[in-house]
Amino acid sequence: MIPVFIGATLLIYAMVFLIPGDPIQALAGDKPLSPAVADQLRERYHLDRPFIVQYLLYLKGIFTLDFGTSFSGQPVRDVLARAFPVTIRLAFMAIVIEAAFGIFFGVIAGLRKGKAFDATLLVLSLFIIAVPVFVIGFLAQFFLGVRWGIAPVTVGADASFSRLLVPAIVLGLVSFAYVLRLTRTSVAENKDADHVRTATAKGLSRRRVVVVHILRNSLIPVVTFLGADLGALMAGAIVTEGIFNINGVGGTIYQAVIRGEAPTVVSFVTVLVVVFLVANLLVDLLYAALDPRIRYA
Amino acid sequence: MPDPDLPGTPDRASPQARAGQNYFVAGPDEVEALGVDRLDEASPPTSMWRDAWRGLRRNPMFLVSALLILFVLVVVAVPGLFTGQDPRMCLGQNSMRGPGAGHPFGFDLQGCDIFARTVYGARASVLTGVGATAIFLLIGGTVGALAGFYGGRLDAVVSRITDVFFGIPLILAAIVMMQLFRNRSIWTVMLILALFAWPHVARIARGSVISVRGNDFVLAATALGVSRFRILLRHVLPNAVGPVIVVTTIWLGVFIVTEATLSYLGIGLPPSVVSWGGDISTGQSRLRSGSGIIFYPAAALAVTVLGFIMLGDALRDALDPKARKR
Repeated sequence: MIPVFIGATLLIYAMVFLIPGDPIQALAGDKPLSPAVADQLRERYHLDRPFIVQYLLYLKGIFTLDFGTSFSGQPVRDVLARAFPVTIRLAFMAIVIEAAFGIFFGVIAGLRKGKAFDATLLVLSLFIIAVPVFVIGFLAQFFLGVRWGIAPVTVGADASFSRLLVPAIVLGLVSFAYVLRLTRTSVAENKDADHVRTATAKGLSRRRVVVVHILRNSLIPVVTFLGADLGALMAGAIVTEGIFNINGVGGTIYQAVIRGEAPTVVSFVTVLVVVFLVANLLVDLLYAALDPRIRYA
Repeated sequence: MPDPDLPGTPDRASPQARAGQNYFVAGPDEVEALGVDRLDEASPPTSMWRDAWRGLRRNPMFLVSALLILFVLVVVAVPGLFTGQDPRMCLGQNSMRGPGAGHPFGFDLQGCDIFARTVYGARASVLTGVGATAIFLLIGGTVGALAGFYGGRLDAVVSRITDVFFGIPLILAAIVMMQLFRNRSIWTVMLILALFAWPHVARIARGSVISVRGNDFVLAATALGVSRFRILLRHVLPNAVGPVIVVTTIWLGVFIVTEATLSYLGIGLPPSVVSWGGDISTGQSRLRSGSGIIFYPAAALAVTVLGFIMLGDALRDALDPKARKR
């Protein structure tokens, strides 16, 4: 885990600062850069030091929660403090929605593998996967918000649960399809296992057999996916928050990308990658709870 | 019980089932001495691919996706077949005009023919997807197969590197990288996508090669003195390629979606390239007055990606022996 963390941060750092050409100029994009600002940036990123020292200083910045300043001069930490709760709320809602519906329908489809209901869900899930998030977002915004007026068109400053509902559904929709397919395959594999037959033979109720004996065993790949999916949700949040004008981390990155403010993009994306890595670590620990065969000494 | 469909079983030559008999009852001398080792020379040879094809032929999902992809490829190859309009011929006087003769989808804000742009946009999306997939397969497939086959230190190093790449979601890496290139082209997008996605195919190729490596026919080839590299090339790879084809097909769809997302954010293909992502991006500001501007390229994008993802799904069913019998 720690090697992966070091490797991933090193990779991001290297890809920003080791690409050919002047990284400072690349960060500025098309904008003209005054020598004073260039010097300031050069000092800020310690470009006058050897590469490995630069990287270590950058790592130190991550651990001390000092992520640098955004293009407008605000400390990234302050922007994060405001934006992160919103994104966490949105991602949390999306994960709950996709997990609840995905597992529910996945179990039904898995238990009825090969039947019409299962086939319909499978084709539907492929459709959901194939349509890009930004298209789903536009459609939801256009029909629910503009045409029928049953949901707010944009979220804006007031990011309450009810206003975030539609963006959270949009964000979780693609992953919902994956959760459904994973649960279905897993349940279909487990439902004929010997221990399930034993449980049925013991006279346990159907509900108990499904929930305790089939589902718990089927959830391991799903939990893996949900952990990895946090990264996809963070990435999806860039587009979703952009479309619905949510002032979260994703929305901030979206605005920065549109305006071509590379330093802001780099700082915030780094934070997202760190979140993603931590989430994966938590998932590894969660395994042990689900699968007694896995134990971490 | 011998399977009557199985080639080479003796009961084919001497059918034991009598008329009116509901169940097949094997006679005492049903298999003569050494009969199990005999092969019916007339029976067609079978292989993984033949089996897969037999399954695919009957899978409606495969047929639909194959037709879809074929159609998209025709559009990519000869867009002139579908529209006589030039996608770059944009006249201000046509701005936001509705559908008319020769222009079934109408015009966008710049006065370009939406139908022509949708047809020609297929080229950028599919080319980026195919190009990225080719590089992705070349790097990931080679690295994964070598790591899986030779194992040892090489495998340890490759596995750590793939772990690191898995720590960074593709779209985040692509956003950071594309942001830094000012002269973007279709090549930049392809390279960046492939560069950050190859570990996905490397991991699959490695696992697949490892599972094939332990087979007896590999041992037999080694005993015959075939060189290691030749064993990998002639004996292991053909048997390990199934799962790799499945992920490659699915990733082709993922690359097309990612390219469109990047173009939508304005950091993908340059605006001079006619692309679905770019058209959706420019159309979004006019969503309320003319939803057709984004609807048609979005639908084309979704249908194309659907084709590749469905194909990958059908191939998985056909090539994965675990899924087949269930």
